[in-house]
Amino acid sequence: MNNTPHPPRLPRLIEVRKNVLKRNDLLARKLRDRFRAASVFVASLVSSPGAGKTAFLEKTLTALRAQCRVAALVGDLATDNDAARLARAEVPVRQITTGTVCHLEAEMVERALDGWNLDELDCLFIENVGNLVCPSSYDLGEEMRLVLMSVTEGEDKPLKYPTIFNTADVAIITKIDLAAAVEFDLKSARRNIQSVRPGMRVFELSAKTGEGMDEWLRLLQSRL
Amino acid sequence: MHELSIALSIVEGAGEEAARRGGKVSVVHLRLGQLSGVVKDALLFSYDLACEGTLLEGSRLMIEEEPVVVFCPECAAERALASIQSFRCPVCGALTPDVVRGRELELVALELTYEQHAASATPATTD
Ligand SMILES: Nc1nc2c(ncn2[C@@H]2O[C@H](COP(=O)(O)OP(=O)(O)O)[C@@H](O)[C@H]2O)c(=O)[nH]1
Ligand SMILES: [Mg+2]
Ligand SMILES: [Zn+2]
Repeated sequence: MNNTPHPPRLPRLIEVRKNVLKRNDLLARKLRDRFRAASVFVASLVSSPGAGKTAFLEKTLTALRAQCRVAALVGDLATDNDAARLARAEVPVRQITTGTVCHLEAEMVERALDGWNLDELDCLFIENVGNLVCPSSYDLGEEMRLVLMSVTEGEDKPLKYPTIFNTADVAIITKIDLAAAVEFDLKSARRNIQSVRPGMRVFELSAKTGEGMDEWLRLLQSRL
Repeated sequence: MHELSIALSIVEGAGEEAARRGGKVSVVHLRLGQLSGVVKDALLFSYDLACEGTLLEGSRLMIEEEPVVVFCPECAAERALASIQSFRCPVCGALTPDVVRGRELELVALELTYEQHAASATPATTD
């Protein structure tokens, strides 16, 4: 009368090794391949809200549009104000409304491109949602990631948000027309940027006065 | 705050694996690089929310934090950074942008448990 039940199965540890953001990474890779196949240079912009992405982009689009076919995607939580501002540069602009999502993902970029013929473009800019944390985890298939910081935010921004600075290729210090007024220490800002991303190119400029824009545009043209 | 959406991806990924292998997930092991852009505490907090109403409800998330390892060209060696605020070799002080490890956001392993009756429902079980 041995009716003991099955012995309990022991807990098991199984190895998985799975990248959590695999879906985004794969989609971003697909986008990058598409951009390369169509010879479109893609740059994305990240910064905290109000650092000057839209103003900088409006100037950049206006300067470029005579020489090449350029367009922009702009992410925003709720409004289409930035898209309206960028449309003043008279280039194709599309809005990506993210709702409650605080960053762009590759899938949103893919959807926003729907119906656009990439062969008719030379250069595409993607303005991310204003946020220095979340966008760092999401590859969008861009060729160049620009991180912007304005002089009014202080010199230590890179030390407070090292991850996003480390994932960027170029740093732009914006609103330098206000540098003297806020006693911005440019040397210390540059040192902090180099500390979290050694070797990164840094530009200082003002979208308002246009100071410093030429140097940035020269770099951009060398990449197109 | 993107930790909730990350937590949802973890729950989804772990759930798929568990469904393929049978059993109930009790622990999820995650490797989190210091340059992953994800905050450990925020992720732990979001994890319980993300598990609610799923097969992973009641499971635990164990996070192993991975320091950033760079390649120092001066020393010709891999070095772990003391802080991600300074990409300097801790031995010779040289600046280096060359990240070897530290961006991981990886599901490493699952601990699965089996309930008594669930086990006896599988007739051919011998272990
Ligand atoms: N003084 C000055 N103000 C600027 C400059 N660039 C942007 N701004 C102002 O900063 C505010 C935020 O700029 P915006 O481009 O909308 O920032 P975004 O949120 O990063 O897109 C606006 O009021 C702009 O007029 C600049 O170079 N100089
Ligand atoms: Mg904007
Ligand atoms: Zn060294």
